Amino acid sequence: MKILNQEETKRIADKVMSFSKADECTVTINGSRTGNIRYARNAVSTAGLVENTQLQVQVAFGKKQGTAVINEFDDKSLEKVVRRAEDLARLAPENPEFMPTPDKQVFKPSDTFSKNTDAIDPEYRAQVAAYSIEACRKNKLVAAGFFTDQSAFETVANSRGVFGHQATSGIDFTCTVRTEDGRGSGWVRRDATDVHNFDPRAAAEVAMEKAMRSVDAKALEPGRYTVILEPAATSDLLAYMFNGFDARSADEGRSFLSKKGGGNRLGEKLFDEQVNVWADPWDKDTAVVPWDNNTMLARERMDIIKNGKIANLNYSPYWAKKQGARAVGAPGNIVMAGGSKSTAELIASTKKGVLVTRTWYIRMVDPQTVLLTGLTRDGTFYIENGKIKHPIKNFRFNESPVTMLNNIEEVGRPEVLQGDESQFSLLIPAMKVRDFNFTSLSDAV
Amino acid sequence: MERRAFLNMSGGAIAAMLMPYGRAIAADELIKPVEVKFKKMLADTAMGAATQAGATYCDVRIGRYLNQFITTRDLNIENVTNTESAGVGVRVIANGAYGFAATSDMTPDGVAGAARQAVAIAKANSKLQTEAVQLAPTPGVGEVSWATPFKKDWRTVPIKEKADLLIAGNKAAMEGGASFIQSLLFQVNQQKYFASTDGSYIDQDLHRLWMPFFATAVDKTTGKFRSRSGLSTPVGMGYEYLDARKEDKFKAAGGVTTLYRGSYDLIEDARAAGKQAKEKLTAKSVEPGKYDMVLSPEHLWLTIHESVGHPTELDRVLGYEANYAGTSFATLDKWQTKKFKYGSDLVNIVADKTTPGSLGAVGYDDEGVKCKRWDIIKDGILVNYQATRDQAHIIGEKESHGCSYADSWSSVQFQRMPNVSLQPGKKKLTPDELVKDVKKGIYIVGDGSFSIDQQRYNFQFGGQLFYEIKDGKIGQMLEDVAYQSNTQEFWNACSAMCDERDWRMGGSFFDGKGQPSQISIVSHGASTTRFNGINVINTARKIG
Repeated sequence: MKILNQEETKRIADKVMSFSKADECTVTINGSRTGNIRYARNAVSTAGLVENTQLQVQVAFGKKQGTAVINEFDDKSLEKVVRRAEDLARLAPENPEFMPTPDKQVFKPSDTFSKNTDAIDPEYRAQVAAYSIEACRKNKLVAAGFFTDQSAFETVANSRGVFGHQATSGIDFTCTVRTEDGRGSGWVRRDATDVHNFDPRAAAEVAMEKAMRSVDAKALEPGRYTVILEPAATSDLLAYMFNGFDARSADEGRSFLSKKGGGNRLGEKLFDEQVNVWADPWDKDTAVVPWDNNTMLARERMDIIKNGKIANLNYSPYWAKKQGARAVGAPGNIVMAGGSKSTAELIASTKKGVLVTRTWYIRMVDPQTVLLTGLTRDGTFYIENGKIKHPIKNFRFNESPVTMLNNIEEVGRPEVLQGDESQFSLLIPAMKVRDFNFTSLSDAV
Repeated sequence: MERRAFLNMSGGAIAAMLMPYGRAIAADELIKPVEVKFKKMLADTAMGAATQAGATYCDVRIGRYLNQFITTRDLNIENVTNTESAGVGVRVIANGAYGFAATSDMTPDGVAGAARQAVAIAKANSKLQTEAVQLAPTPGVGEVSWATPFKKDWRTVPIKEKADLLIAGNKAAMEGGASFIQSLLFQVNQQKYFASTDGSYIDQDLHRLWMPFFATAVDKTTGKFRSRSGLSTPVGMGYEYLDARKEDKFKAAGGVTTLYRGSYDLIEDARAAGKQAKEKLTAKSVEPGKYDMVLSPEHLWLTIHESVGHPTELDRVLGYEANYAGTSFATLDKWQTKKFKYGSDLVNIVADKTTPGSLGAVGYDDEGVKCKRWDIIKDGILVNYQATRDQAHIIGEKESHGCSYADSWSSVQFQRMPNVSLQPGKKKLTPDELVKDVKKGIYIVGDGSFSIDQQRYNFQFGGQLFYEIKDGKIGQMLEDVAYQSNTQEFWNACSAMCDERDWRMGGSFFDGKGQPSQISIVSHGASTTRFNGINVINTARKIG
């Protein structure tokens, strides 16, 4: 099914709601066209295009709620999906925590769509792959990569007058370059709304350079080191932590933001005062739709950490009502204030330290302190007297992002990127952090 | 990579994870299968169109995927959702290259169109191809069928019965000492039809379910909280798994908790979880150092998955997953020596897609290959990998291992992990007898935090329950335990294992791999096993 415009989705949403006999009805319509090309061993392995459009209807009778999803849009199907949601709602037990869908919201549009990205064709994708494959072949390197582009739309509507529709687009590129003998490995990631902000040649060169420089890594004793963490090295660590900015968990005593004796740590200083983080759906580099799909509430520009203090927590509508707080749309992006220095400049001001390109396979060890474990990967280097001295073997770390953001020495220029496993669009700086805790060595290249 | 917890996801997100193109349907529609005659006609149409367009090989997968999931929080049911997804995926070889296309249009014109598109893609891809695809021969099996053996069809159990069971479990956990609990019930039915130009028409009806929970105890005065997850396992069975039977219960070493095989007692386990989560709040923090680790099957399955399952996937070994999941230390040159000591002599690891009740058990894989069992590690030596039809020749095999899987009709099939299991010890040994010889050790029950590097050398695992072992006896509960090791060192430190009476399977419902990512299901069996001198770290920290 083609990408639908605002008039088309408004017509579908109105029709769906006109079929509903429930006390309230909410409609979400999502559609996307996603192209991709994947390559490995210096050859394309798969390429494809997937189109998908989906309609979700949620209805409630009193505190009984039902949800149904369908991907057909003729009138008969629209009525069928409403009836199914209603059937499920009648079967469902009453949910004492049920909250009515919100009244009309004002959604100020954000700039989430790019015509340039929308125009990407198979030849462009093939060319992206070809740049790294050809350059790697010439340099006796081996490329494996994945480029994906998406044009999509999101629509929300409810029986109390909420309506929002916005087109979105984006590209994501990752490339791993290894030396033929497998002793060196480099990586790069690039994300953008507008593909014109993406340079596939320059990106491939970053991965190639890291691969060549990482050959003959030496072992450094595990321990606490000053580290320069490139944005891709902290993206998932930060996303893990920001997933935990939930008021309910904190108030219930099961979060690192719970206060001893009860309540939460809103307003407390938990990080270095250089740390300023906010969510802003209208941020020019990481714009997201101006509403939260789950609650249909409008998103706002919202400080999350202000001068090292917890500035805001997420309240679900139920918890907000219970605690007398105001619920707003949960953030879709995370912006962290940076400085003007490049990573090279951060290195230049470092006497002894470790440069980390990327972290990998991050998992929660202890939610009490957000202690996370994971490994460095694809370019880890020893820094001495302001220069990269030599590559080093990868480390496993056990570290909390709370501790990490307390030990910040300096921040660099922010970069746009997605995490490996994060749902946020991120704009985060490279960071110089002292006493980062590496606990063991890994032989992996 | 084992997908991380989905607790923070909305119902819609869980549905999306289970089934990318799911649509909700009424329960009564779930049990009516699509007629085999109709599926054969569609498959023949697609294969005819592909052959006419120039394909030298074609396979057609007609899928109908039915899921139901229920989520709860404390004493409330949060969500009940039914989803259905149906469509056809056509894979071809033309000019020596693969092409794939999928459609939800289940008409002769729809599938013929997809077949022609697949051939066009194959021809385009062939220009970039350096080597032609070589498929290991697979005999056509004609018209056959296979179904997961089950006694109780989850599709016919009333929602109220399931909701009542979940809430009774939550109540038991809270009575036991939990302050909060979340529980879920995932139920899956995959009706898969496979046809290929080799002459196979295979109709399969697959059933699986999983009931995980997460119980949390909070001490507001100290500000401490601790959780204990359920000890059930995802299974390839029907709803009878949730009808607890006495003969399926096992006492853990030292009688510290009850463990299950073949059926599961939710109420009993949830009550124990509440009590144990509370006990964890005041348990002794572990002294870091070297310990002999005694690992229960409920824990060890995940270590096997990460440190043996993934490194012996042939596509990883060859570099096809380099940009995402990574490569493997278990390289072909090591395997070719026939001497690579992956583990101690006791370590025998077998791959299979045949164990009844396991997640991997099917009659035929997604390339129409009849499923079987084979050795991966024999007496400690790496002897084989996991391969699909196009990989078999690389390791000198005459036929595929039957490891092909796609998570949807709309996804292209590729190499996925079969069940990979540690064989039980040959000598009679119970968990209590195994513990008797341990002077300074730790007993771990249940899986917890997990992380491993991209070549599968260095790993770190947590768990659910930790107990001190001192002079042959299970002692007090410990907390803040994680062990770090290197795959080869760890498996070579394997010094004893219990016999088949103690052998049980754990598994993953959401094993992620590939770009775009696909999920898979896989079980791993083991009996309680001992590893000597493993490095244990203390994970307690202070923040702010």
